[in-house]
Amino acid sequence: MSTTMTFAKALNTALADEMEADRSVVVFGEDVGPLGGVFRITDGLTQRFGEERCFDTPLAESGIMGMAIGMAMNGLRPVVEMQFDAFAYPAFEQVVSHVAKMPNRTRGKVKLPMVIRIPYAGGIGGVEHHCDSSESYYAHTPGLTVVAPATVEDAYTMLREAIRFPDPVVFLEPKKLYFSKEQLDLEALQSRWGTPALDRTDGPEPTAAPADSSIGRAVIAREGTDATLITYGPSVSTVMKAAAAAAEEGRSLEVIDIRSIVPFDDETVMASVRKTGRAVVVAEAPGFASVASEIVARVQERCFHSLAAPVLRVTGFDIPYPAPKLEHFYLPSVDRILDAVDELQWEDA
Amino acid sequence: MAGRPGKSGNTAAADQGFEGDTMTISTGNPIEGSMADPSRRAGMDDPVTAEAYMLPSGQPVQLVDPDGLHVHNDKYPLPDGEALLKAYRELVVGRRVNDQANALVRQGRLAVYPSSHGQEACQVASALCIGADDWLFPTYRDTVAVIAKGVDPVQTLTLLQGDWHSGYDPYEHKVSIQATPLATQLLHAVGVAHAAKLKGEDTVVVALCGDGATSEGDFHEALNFAAVFHLPVVFFVQNNQYAISVPLNKQTVAPSLAHKAIGYGMPGERVDGNDTAALLAVLGKAVDRARQGGGPALVEAHTYRMQSHTNADDATRYRTDDEVAEWAPKDPLVRLRAYLKELNVLTEELEEEIAGRAETVAAQMRDGLNAETEVDPEDLFRFVFTEKTSQLREQAAMLRDELSRESA
Ligand SMILES: Cc1ncc(C[n+]2csc(CCOP(=O)(O)OP(=O)(O)O)c2C)c(N)n1
Ligand SMILES: [Mg+2]
Repeated sequence: MSTTMTFAKALNTALADEMEADRSVVVFGEDVGPLGGVFRITDGLTQRFGEERCFDTPLAESGIMGMAIGMAMNGLRPVVEMQFDAFAYPAFEQVVSHVAKMPNRTRGKVKLPMVIRIPYAGGIGGVEHHCDSSESYYAHTPGLTVVAPATVEDAYTMLREAIRFPDPVVFLEPKKLYFSKEQLDLEALQSRWGTPALDRTDGPEPTAAPADSSIGRAVIAREGTDATLITYGPSVSTVMKAAAAAAEEGRSLEVIDIRSIVPFDDETVMASVRKTGRAVVVAEAPGFASVASEIVARVQERCFHSLAAPVLRVTGFDIPYPAPKLEHFYLPSVDRILDAVDELQWEDA
Repeated sequence: MAGRPGKSGNTAAADQGFEGDTMTISTGNPIEGSMADPSRRAGMDDPVTAEAYMLPSGQPVQLVDPDGLHVHNDKYPLPDGEALLKAYRELVVGRRVNDQANALVRQGRLAVYPSSHGQEACQVASALCIGADDWLFPTYRDTVAVIAKGVDPVQTLTLLQGDWHSGYDPYEHKVSIQATPLATQLLHAVGVAHAAKLKGEDTVVVALCGDGATSEGDFHEALNFAAVFHLPVVFFVQNNQYAISVPLNKQTVAPSLAHKAIGYGMPGERVDGNDTAALLAVLGKAVDRARQGGGPALVEAHTYRMQSHTNADDATRYRTDDEVAEWAPKDPLVRLRAYLKELNVLTEELEEEIAGRAETVAAQMRDGLNAETEVDPEDLFRFVFTEKTSQLREQAAMLRDELSRESA
């Protein structure tokens, strides 16, 4: 049965369903307990599963992250919330030196099946430190799986997959999407997971996610033939609007929602670019040394002979995220994306 | 903390709090932030040990109770009428600033406002306890303190108005930019104090944070650095009982936040955070001591966040109206007003004049924030580096071109 659901509620439902299915899943962070998180993503979890399974910690991100590492080492599956993108930085040392490296340092003996949820990016008129696009820091750190859902269905599915994933996942939630809505057949989605009551606290036996896991797989969000727009997270909705506008002008643009930044789905991206021969990468983060740069490099290396034009980027400027009244100048806009498309050396130009 | 002396002054060694910089232990050595001989314990006849000297009072220091009555305290004399009147003036303005800012949020002129309603005594005292050349390191909640230190109210609210991340020059009134990443500013305060010390200046730095922020690693690093380098920093924690939804008892199980001082080798003190007189006395003493080379101190004020964390928060989800109501009679304005009236220092005319002053500030806020301000997109690229990189010049040109095409 199809229902209307927000992105936030989908995440909340995914957490509840995983906690129901697996007793080793614990949720903690700042204000995630009785309050249900400042974005209400953990709403009702303490009430339903008890304070031992969903709880507030003292206010210290490094502490949260370090403790999660220990809990993951000892058979639990912590899902921690960093309250906002920029407030995850005090935990950076734990993330980079330990979350990312522990399995490598121990030759795979210690696995860290944990999820780091981060409300991220801008477009909400937030004041400083509440709008950072921090994906490049994480993507640049070998050992971290980094994903960013952009649809309500992916929010649900990818969070469940992330919790079951054998390695640590940085789960980026575009906060401007929290209250976006979609029609969803929740029961059908839920039924893909079966209803085993897992109890992995005695032995960390990860159950696989459904075979067609979205972690590592990009999706074609809109089919087209003339050029490929490659994007993820908060920029997907803007890019979809740009593609719709281009269609009215007679240009058929394919849109790829990367959704899994690491591992990166070369196959889907390259197949599309080989088909269209042109590409623009769109992302909200500053462009210099970014995920967008990486995507451009990969496309250029793999599709050189199919390309009719250089692969372009539309990104945030290389500046600190601006104050609310200036953010519209900064964010990739439909016009800026279409301008880039216009520059892809069309014969008719 | 049962059994500790209450309202009638403190005598036990453990209740010494911090005195002037002349406090000595029995060896005759001044306590200089270094660890004293750990074998010295507080005995009945012993002079004060380092530990006892550093421990906070058994009860939060209170000089004027909620009914406006003076409570005697051996260690902390009551500030004089003039000082209290000056503070009262700022309290009234501060309350008006909070009310006006809340209204401006409702009218869409401010993006958000973390109110210090109920904490105005702390706000005002933290600005008044230092001089014009001393530094204040505020947080997002300390708008009233920033204004009390002399910063223009409209410039102060630029951050929340959304025009820029800050609207004032930190050097003008020696007020650092309001910090949102919790506890980070405490280390900057330590650095400013350290530089002042190296330069031979007698600057004192007051560094503010909340109860929740004391859990961050930076809080502990800042206290330790200040103590090890023996720096003139007064760490002032406004314990308003909540970090957003998380109550203090989930933040710490220490006897008090002020007790954390001793672990770093500095004195801690706790004070009724709704008692302006006590705040001025306790902070004043800590500032004097720091200025005379006595080193850092930690002061914890017991107060209450009367409103939601910000307008975006719904406090009814995590606390009861009854709990909030309990704090209403402890209001800092009510009690200081009662005391000053009793003293005959606060006359009707003065009250009117003060109310007028508060209205002027409120009008200034409305005028300043209701005016349509122009933001300049070129500003985006202006202050990232001293010299724009070629990439930034390119990006600025691209935006300029875009905007000129839009307006064409
Ligand atoms: C490093 C960091 N983590 C999280 C936050 C989000 N945050 C903003 S205010 C706040 C609560 C702070 O509580 P407290 O220190 O008691 O100060 P209060 O707001 O009560 O004045 C939190 C968690 C932040 N600003 N910085
Ligand atoms: Mg607090």
